Parts: sequence; C-alpha cells; structure tokens
Amino acid sequence: METFAIPAINVAAIMPETILSVIAMALLLLNVFVKSEQKAYLGYLSLIGIVVTFVSVVTGWNAPASMQTAFNGSVLQDNFALFFKGIFLVSSFLTILITDQYLQREECNHGEIYPLILLATAGMMLMASGTDLMTIFLGLEVLSVSLYVLAGFNRENLKSNEAGLKYFLLGAFSTGFLLYGMALTYGATGSTKIAAIATFIAQNGYVTGNPMLVVGMLLMGVGFSFKVAAAPFHMWTPDVYEGAPTPITAFMSAGPKAAGFAGFLRVFLFAVPALKADWSALLWILAVLTMSVGNIIALSQDNIKRMLAYSSIAHAGYALVGFAAGNAEGTAGILFYMLTYAFMNIGAFAIIVLVGKKGEANSNVSDYAGFASKHPVLAVVMAIFLFSLAGMPPTAGFIGKFYLFSAAIKSGYVWLAIIGVLNSAVSVYYYLRVMVFMYMKAPEEEFDWLKVTPPIVVSILLSLAGVLIPGVIPGYLLSLAQRAISM
Amino acid sequence: MLGAYLPILLLVVIAICFGLGAMVFSALVGPKKPSALKLAPYECGCEPVGSARERFSVKFYLIAMMFILFDIEAVFMYPWSILFKKLGMFGLVEMGVFIAILLVGYIYVWKKGALEWE
Repeated sequence: METFAIPAINVAAIMPETILSVIAMALLLLNVFVKSEQKAYLGYLSLIGIVVTFVSVVTGWNAPASMQTAFNGSVLQDNFALFFKGIFLVSSFLTILITDQYLQREECNHGEIYPLILLATAGMMLMASGTDLMTIFLGLEVLSVSLYVLAGFNRENLKSNEAGLKYFLLGAFSTGFLLYGMALTYGATGSTKIAAIATFIAQNGYVTGNPMLVVGMLLMGVGFSFKVAAAPFHMWTPDVYEGAPTPITAFMSAGPKAAGFAGFLRVFLFAVPALKADWSALLWILAVLTMSVGNIIALSQDNIKRMLAYSSIAHAGYALVGFAAGNAEGTAGILFYMLTYAFMNIGAFAIIVLVGKKGEANSNVSDYAGFASKHPVLAVVMAIFLFSLAGMPPTAGFIGKFYLFSAAIKSGYVWLAIIGVLNSAVSVYYYLRVMVFMYMKAPEEEFDWLKVTPPIVVSILLSLAGVLIPGVIPGYLLSLAQRAISM
Repeated sequence: MLGAYLPILLLVVIAICFGLGAMVFSALVGPKKPSALKLAPYECGCEPVGSARERFSVKFYLIAMMFILFDIEAVFMYPWSILFKKLGMFGLVEMGVFIAILLVGYIYVWKKGALEWE
C-alpha cells in the first residue's frame, strides 16, 4: 500500500476565514428559526462575529513565519494579508450597521443578507492570503457569488434585479478572463504557486520566447481590473452600484475593491517583480484612463449613487497610480487608501440610506436641497465625507492621495502625478455640487421621514473617526501599512 | 513529454470514429420506411401533447439545483469511501466538515419550504 502524505494543516493561518464561515452558517440556520421581527438580532450577532474575527486578525499580526503558511504554501497569512483582512472586516462591520434600517424601509427584511455579507468577507480574506492562483480564484468566487445575490437582494425592486443579473453575467465573463489567464500562466511556468512562478521567471526570463506567459499575465490583469472597476473594464459599475441596495453598494465599493487590489498586488508584485518595467507602462495607461473616465463622467450624474459609482472608479484609478509607481511607498499607499476609502465611502452611503425613501426614491443630488437647514449635523458629516473623497486636508482622503502621488513622483512618473492631481481637482466639482444643494438651496422637503437609529449613528461615528484621525495624525496607520508590505 | 498523451488522443479519435461510423453506417445500410407515427417527436412513448415552448415553474430549477448540489456530495463520497482506510482519521474529519456544511444547507432549504411542491 502506497503511503499517502497528509498535508500539514495549520489552522492558525486560516483562523479568520474559519471563524467567519462558521458564524455565517450558524446565522443561516438561525435565520430560518427566528421570527421576522427578530431579524435585526442576526445583524448584532454578525457584528459580534466580525469583532471576534478581528481579534484573531490582530493576534495574527507579526506571527512567526511557520505559523503563517498552510496547505502546502497555498495560503500565506502574512502582515500584508492581515492588513487587507482588517480592511474587509471594517467595511463589513460598517455595512451591517446600516443594513437593518435599510431593510426595514424597503420592507425586504430577509435575514440572509447577514450570512451573505459574512461569506463574501470570508471570500475576500481567502483572496488576500492566497499565494496560489487557485486559492485566489477560490476566494474570488466565494466573494463574487455572494455579491451577485447581494446586488439583487431587493427582489421587489426592478433595478436591483437588473443589477444582480448584470453583475452576474459580466462578472462571470471576467472570471473567465481571469481563469484563462491563470491557465495560460500555469501552462507557461508549470506551477500555480506564485513563488514558483516568480522563480521560473527569474530563471528563464519572460518576454523572450514565452508569449503564453505574456498573454496569461495580460488576461489576469483584465480579470483583476474588472474586479477593481478600472477603465475600460468599468462598464458594469454604474448600473450595478445604482441598482444594488444602498448598503450593499457601500460594501461593494469598499471591501471587494480592496480584495481585487489584494489579489492584483499579490500576483503582480510578488510573482513578476522582475518585469516591473513591462507592466508598469500598462498600469500607467490603466491608471490615467480610470481616473479620467471616472471623474469626467461623474460630472454629469444626477443620481447620487451613480455619481459615487463613477467616483469609486476614479478612486480605483488613484490607487492604480500607486500600483504603477511600483515602489514600497506606492504599495503602502494603496493599503492606506483602501482602508480610509472604506471609512469615507461607507460613511457617505450611511447618509444616503438615511435620506432615501422606500423604493430607492429620493436619491438624486437635487433631493438634498436644503438638507443643511433641516439636519445641520448630518449635513456637516456628509460634507466631511465628501471633502475627504475630494481629497481635502485635514481628512484621510488628502493624506492617502498625497502618499500615492508622491510615490509616483519618486518612481519618476511625474506626469502621472500631475494627471492625478488635475483629476482630483475635477472631482471637487461634483462633490461640491452636493454641498451646494445641501447648503445653498431652499428646502423643498421637510425630511421628516428621516429617522436616525443608534446603529447608523455608530456607523457614522466610526467612519468619522476613520476619516479624521488618520487625516490629522496619519503616522500610526501609515507605519502599519509599511510594516504590512515589508516581508 | 507530449508523447505521453498519445493514448488519450488515440482514444478520442477512436471514440469519434465509432460514433460517426455508427451513424454513417446506419444511414447508408438501414431501411427507411417513414410513417407519420415514426416521424413524430419522441416523448417517452406517449403521444406528444402541445408545444414544447412553454414556461416552466421556477420550482423545477430549484429542484434541479438542489439535485446537483447533493448529487455532487454523493460523487465526492465515492472516492473517499474507497480510500477510507488509507485516509484514516484525517479523511473522516474532512468528510465530516464537508457533510456538515451541506447539512446546514439542507436544513435551510427544508425549513424554507423549498422541498415542498405546493
């Protein structure tokens, strides 16, 4: 009888994913046994689950190398992965806080939304710690399938259905690109392990006589660009973000985008660092296109969710600037930016949930007319989030952009930084437009349907802290991001 | 290296030839005496009723989806049961986790009433 080698299982390296999945399944079971008016408790339970998972993420920080790898080196929970896991947990925590009120308003009180968000988060975490193309793909699929359902969660709403179907069809298509790229890369290098691919390239070179690898890398780039919504692969974003339930839009723009970058960075920065010169040029074009397309089309949007969808495309472009720079500052900048972007974007969406009415009504920019005179505090908060999105000091948005653009200059991409700053200036127009409506127009409505519940307040306060504290004293978070990428 | 795959290629070629050969041979040699009954679309031996282009209840899709899920579960159990002794405790625990996950889905589906037709 031949011997069967049982792979060493290191549960510590997949602890966060395990905890989150178990809790998600427990919630799924619980969901069918509780009454519909008790569904909000599922939300609180999932919040507890996220906190527990967060603790396990924090305890894994700086763990010894032997504790980090598992499953024959296809999972690596290093500081890089842990930082991203922190981002994902923050975004799902903030999202779940604003979900319950939205579900009540839309009379769509199905408890499945919480397990789905948790499973999507588990998928993102697996994607961040995957060091095998297959693990990354597996994480991406767990994330995507949950998101397809979440996008169409408001099933009485036609636009939500459209969003779900569109996201599913285009997402499946892009997954095909990614998988095809992975298959070609595997064919060219003989391994799906990122480390082995890196070794192969270091030994055999890349472009010369190996077009299969080039095509494979390109196709993988297309797949990841779709997931982070980079132009010209951004077409799905506006429709899906507009149609999806508002909390889910907030979630999608923060967590999965960061997950896309985690996979993107892992593959390109760690597998093919020797060829930076080749893909940097491509990323340069991708970054410029993404920033410009996002910002220019956002100028003419009237629906605020659609506007923030284009703005999220633009923000992916800013992050790509750091990616194109390809140095340590750029990578740390992406980590910092993704975290603070989660705070400011979900914060802004929390206000949109408050202002909106049943059936996703009241989500035009003009509906915010006179908001400041009726709800001055909420208006100030919204203004802070919008200022941060526009990149004004003293908010985290400014520090993040400053860091990304200075990384580009350090790598010699002066023009890229200039285009980035110009784009940032363009974006101020559409963020300010919301503020003009809030502060300078006479109110058309009383905003009397608006009810502020404690979970939303907590979400907004946390987001405010996440926007203002790193904006004033960025040192701690920045050094955390730097330590995350130094391995 | 590619030579190792030659038997597979041969198998594919033989399979194609076998299928095509049977069709061509029966088309050339077989007697053809068509009648109205013989040309009618085959529907489990019954007389065909109505058009085939009808809307189906979504329940069929639900059942089909669940069938695939639990079918795959059963498919995974076969190789496991063959290697059961070799895999030992490790295999048992892994399979337990796998079945537990599917069990959660089963209970969920059951309580949601997706198994009831009406």
